[in-house]
Amino acid sequence: MKLRSMTRLALAAMLVLPLSAEAHRMWLLPSATVLSGNDPWVTIDASISNELFTPEIAMPIEALSVIAPDGTAGEAANPHRGRVRSTFDMQLRQPGTYRFVVAAEDVIASWMQDGQRRRWRGTREAMAAAVPANAQQLRVNLSQRRVETFATRGAPTQGALQPTNKGLELVPVTHPTDLAAGEPARFRLLLDGQPARDIEVSVVPGDSRYRDAENEAKFRADAEGVVTVTWRGPGRYWLGASVRDQNSGLPNVGRVATYAATLEVLP
Amino acid sequence: MRPSLPALALTGLAATTAAEAAELSLSVEIPQLQVTEYHRPYVAVWVERPDRSAAVNLAVWYETRNARGTTWLKDMREWWRRTGRELTMPADGISSATRAPGRHVITVDAGQGELSRLPPGQYNLVVEAAREVGGRELVRVPFQWPPAAQTGSAQGTSELGAVTLDIKP
Repeated sequence: MKLRSMTRLALAAMLVLPLSAEAHRMWLLPSATVLSGNDPWVTIDASISNELFTPEIAMPIEALSVIAPDGTAGEAANPHRGRVRSTFDMQLRQPGTYRFVVAAEDVIASWMQDGQRRRWRGTREAMAAAVPANAQQLRVNLSQRRVETFATRGAPTQGALQPTNKGLELVPVTHPTDLAAGEPARFRLLLDGQPARDIEVSVVPGDSRYRDAENEAKFRADAEGVVTVTWRGPGRYWLGASVRDQNSGLPNVGRVATYAATLEVLP
Repeated sequence: MRPSLPALALTGLAATTAAEAAELSLSVEIPQLQVTEYHRPYVAVWVERPDRSAAVNLAVWYETRNARGTTWLKDMREWWRRTGRELTMPADGISSATRAPGRHVITVDAGQGELSRLPPGQYNLVVEAAREVGGRELVRVPFQWPPAAQTGSAQGTSELGAVTLDIKP
């Protein structure tokens, strides 16, 4: 199928697709972000939920990558995918900051065929074969997701924090494992390696089960993509942002790029 | 310190001379606690600048006999963030084993080591304690440098007792 055969109707339809993916939050929750000692372990839960950080739906971790302080790939120990959460462990053998990433991209298509709505999710390469040429009311989006967290043994380092310049990413101004209540933190958001100017960043404190309001705070980045976040107090926070544009690299296919990180703010 | 201007050099020289003779004496009380499971606290003592950055490390008491003892150094949160995480343990002349409840005196010759290079100004002496299955406490005692004859004190309420700083110029 040639994508250029998509109707103008399809293009219009995907522009009004709701950002429904944001209703559930994806997260990697580390047991600690600041560690000392010889080769300490961290364990990380991976789940998708509304309540933070109560696991609801296990997040697939096949796409997990661990980046060690020297920038090399680390291998997680004891990976397990349960029903409610996935988990893995990591021994911090190198001093410095480790980054844990689950990044993925999918093409999501839906169309009408023989009076029924069909849905498909897969790679960009597989799309042509999966979507029939006569698909009616075709809606196609590229979903680019990146979920991260960080843990540091000893002094924080930058080696694992280099951006890939693909999709939506966070690079530190304030180091992500050097966060303290009462001290504003600054991060730079990048979209395909360029400053994500004016992007809105959502910050939600954990333990949301134990209060009535979600207490979401929103911060807007400046022209350099730099956002200054103030914390409500010590605790673990979910930080997320999302961009919708047409830069999917596929003709007539929109893109939704999302970024989420779990950060720990110490007293 | 090596100031380049002659006027500053004079001030610096005077400060160094004053500090050379000075002796800093610190008394830290670790309280006796009536608890089922007691572990001696980890304690860190350092000199803090007004912006909370660490100027000089004076002492770190931690579980040196256990190979995993460094695992809990981070529990002295403030110390860890300001300076501890940059150190390699054991730290020569700074680290030693944990201490039993009671009064412990640390005496520092201000003419030696990092303290002798401390620029003139206002500082805090900080004592932070963290105890396994217990709590954490931090107290500050302000002082001037180079020292005049001065004493300062602070009173802990949970993990620390009386902390007294006595400086002889």
